[in-house]
Amino acid sequence: MDISVFLQHCLTGISLGGAYALIAIGYTMVYGILRLINFAHGDIFMMAGYFMIFAIASFPWYIAIPIVLIATVILGVLIERIAYKPLRNAPRMSIMISAIGVSYLLQNLATYLFTALPRGYPSIPLLKTIFQIGPLSASLVTLITPVITLVLVYILILLINHSKAGMAMRAVSKDFETAQLMGIKINQIISITFAVGSLLAAVGSILYFTDRMTVFPFSGALPGLKCFVAAVLGGIGSIPGAMVGGFILGLGETALVAMGYSTFSDAFTFVLLILMLLIKPTGLFGEKVTDKV
Amino acid sequence: MNDKRSVLRLDDITMQFGGVVAVNNLSLDVNEKEIVSLIGPNGAGKTTAFNVITGVYAPTNGAVTYYGEPLVSNFPQSKMKKMYAGENLGKYTETIRRTPDKITKMGIARTFQNIRLFKELTVFDNVLIAKHMNTKAGIFSAACRLNYKEEKSMRQESMELLDMFGLTAFKDEIASSLPYGQQRRLEIARALATEPKLLLLDEPAAGMNPQETNELTAFICQIKDEYNLTVFMIEHHMNLVMEISDRIYVLDFGKLIAAGTPSEIQSNQRVIDAYLGVAEDGE
Amino acid sequence: MMKMSKRTKYILSIALAVAVVLLLAYMDANKSEYSYAIAILQRSAIYAIVAVAMNLLTGFTGLFSLGQAGFMAIGAYTVAILTIPVESRPSVYYINGIADALSNASLPLWGALILGGLFSALLGGLIGIPVLRLKSDYLAIATLGFSEIIRAVIAAPQLDRITNGSYGLKSIPNFGSVYDVFVIAFLCILVMILIINSSYGRAFKAIREDEVAAEAMGINLFKHKGMAFIISCFFTGVSGGLLAVFMRSIDSKTFQVMLTYDILLIVVLGGLGSITGSVIGSFLITAAREWLRFFDNPLVIAGFQVPLFRSGFRMVIFSLVLMAIVLYYRKGIMGSKEFSWDGLYRFIYKLFSKLRRKTPGKEANHHE
Repeated sequence: MDISVFLQHCLTGISLGGAYALIAIGYTMVYGILRLINFAHGDIFMMAGYFMIFAIASFPWYIAIPIVLIATVILGVLIERIAYKPLRNAPRMSIMISAIGVSYLLQNLATYLFTALPRGYPSIPLLKTIFQIGPLSASLVTLITPVITLVLVYILILLINHSKAGMAMRAVSKDFETAQLMGIKINQIISITFAVGSLLAAVGSILYFTDRMTVFPFSGALPGLKCFVAAVLGGIGSIPGAMVGGFILGLGETALVAMGYSTFSDAFTFVLLILMLLIKPTGLFGEKVTDKV
Repeated sequence: MNDKRSVLRLDDITMQFGGVVAVNNLSLDVNEKEIVSLIGPNGAGKTTAFNVITGVYAPTNGAVTYYGEPLVSNFPQSKMKKMYAGENLGKYTETIRRTPDKITKMGIARTFQNIRLFKELTVFDNVLIAKHMNTKAGIFSAACRLNYKEEKSMRQESMELLDMFGLTAFKDEIASSLPYGQQRRLEIARALATEPKLLLLDEPAAGMNPQETNELTAFICQIKDEYNLTVFMIEHHMNLVMEISDRIYVLDFGKLIAAGTPSEIQSNQRVIDAYLGVAEDGE
Repeated sequence: MMKMSKRTKYILSIALAVAVVLLLAYMDANKSEYSYAIAILQRSAIYAIVAVAMNLLTGFTGLFSLGQAGFMAIGAYTVAILTIPVESRPSVYYINGIADALSNASLPLWGALILGGLFSALLGGLIGIPVLRLKSDYLAIATLGFSEIIRAVIAAPQLDRITNGSYGLKSIPNFGSVYDVFVIAFLCILVMILIINSSYGRAFKAIREDEVAAEAMGINLFKHKGMAFIISCFFTGVSGGLLAVFMRSIDSKTFQVMLTYDILLIVVLGGLGSITGSVIGSFLITAAREWLRFFDNPLVIAGFQVPLFRSGFRMVIFSLVLMAIVLYYRKGIMGSKEFSWDGLYRFIYKLFSKLRRKTPGKEANHHE
């Protein structure tokens, strides 16, 4: 193929990767702190999509977007309080089952409230304006996604490394019990973690669905899984790793679709996961942890 | 001088985690029918040494020999080569790794510092499970109960062990519901169910009062004779250690600082400085 | 308290079995009235098999695997491919035709089921080798991933001539008799019970309780985990095969991750570590799903339409109930206990004692 088509695909890939990156960070942060695979994260992302549909119906876009962000954060924090907090001292499997239960509930709730038929995602005119750069054309949303991703991740890393809350989060992810004993308000830190993760997922959902144009109750299931894979790829617990993982996944998937293997693009993600787990389970940026016997 | 057979020998065992050297160039040996103790302040690396012997960790450097045959051996490779902060680099060139289950099958059994019983299973099952490793039946025969004779003898042997340890009354109780002292006994019973030749006890008297400790002291001697064992023990209760040990090794910050008979150790200044302090009731 | 003699228990068990058979025979004879009930019971039995298989893996051995849907798919497709009547095949594979090797391959149901189970087990073994060495969290995701890979492969157009790609397979012939499913389910669950109660079953439980200690007691972790995994996959495959026959037509959408979640929730409801619980849970949930259909239709009371009652509501109620169980009744119905006549007797006795104590003035003669 000629270079302009190739670059066009690259652009699509990076844009998809950016959305994936934002969602993957949510997974990696929650796993780093609670050692929990938040199966419901993908469905929070899906709900954010629906929130936008309803927000836009009543408000102009510059008010709708903040509403969606806030609503998603509230949803994420509520889920943690109701479904995960009570099980904090339960065996690991119980809390994972709870996460699956929440995912199940959200999907059924969405089907009930919004029907299983795909709903059109509102196109925000500003975001959909097409730009021409030489032979390439892309909508604004495609172009700004990677930028927004990088900016947000940068800000996040700054916060983690230079703010008190960030330091507390790092402490909790290293040693949960000791952090508690040191007076860190665990509940607050965990809520902040979920809030940040949900916020990023909401941003990701705006970017993702604007491209896709439809939302249905299971829109979050597969992307959710894939983004967890992205987090594992980058090294679970590492935020830059999740970002890199997201981009790799986005590019890889786009490449496969471009080459005509679209049915395998989903399976590709999981093949990558298996390979990663076999070769380097700690991921690209992860650290090796030895268990004390 | 000593014509007893060597059961266990550690040569230059070093265990390094990242930048921390937990065990530094440890060499020791344990001979047949001896009770040898490994003592030292907390964090000295004693349990780590046990973990190397039983295959939980591969040593960073050094070798373990069992009845004269190499059991485990390793040397610093790839990343560790640059980071290695221990001694005797280059002396060992072979890597032999064995998983804990294989080492147990060779006759080395252990108990754990923090009791690791099968908590939700019954006392009887805890011991019975340790017999599983010797089963000759495959899963299909076991499912069809073709191995009923073997199963019967496993159960009988487990009951005998429970009798020996005074746990028969608790046989159907859930393991975690047992009083602490009984749980420690159960762990030893379970280890013995694997029919070992060498028994590694990790702080068997931890948390026991003086009376219980005395009983345990007598008990260890009893089972050593009854089951023809060699015992290698980590302990902090000095009464127990001094009373029954044939020899003692002292570890501090991963390094061996003294070795000898109980009386030699008691009068060793380095040991006293590092650890013993005022040896009243040994806490 | 009285304890029942062995003879009494024997008689009770046989009586129960006879009652079940008679019930089925009665329902079968009045098929027109009871076909719906029979279908529910059959589906429950099919889910019971895979629920017990999943429990074997997750509840008894402690391996959290989410790949059930994929392994059911393998069993289902194997059975479908081998039992669709040869004459019907060209019409089922109407787009690209069927692969030559398969056009006449045919097996009776029993053979197809066993083969389906074996393929599942084989694939489980291959997948297990890399995956079982992983930490438990990763095992869940890896098996889920495999489930999706299997689904993608089944639906792939490249395999059109074998699996009929995204068109799915239909015209799968029904069961010979109404008893088939129940007999097969009974046998499968019986075998799994025998395994759990054997020395190997104890080894599985040890692994669940404390892997490190189990290994120190001479149990080869990899070998035993692999065994549990392969056995679970075998029966999951058989269950998938039965599902194919029950549904008469299948496609890759039948085996989405939701199916695995359904089974998981059955296992949790019944109690992780209780075979009886999985069986009860399976019947309860399958029945409840049907009963809850009540919530899917508009409800009018005295001319006033009650809000909320419309399509999809029952699944929401269902999910809420399950969340409640996960959060507040974590042990499930049976915890990790199994059914026993003594247990049932004690349960009824306690229930009656409580009721008697609530009636004032009545001094019950308590046996002690």
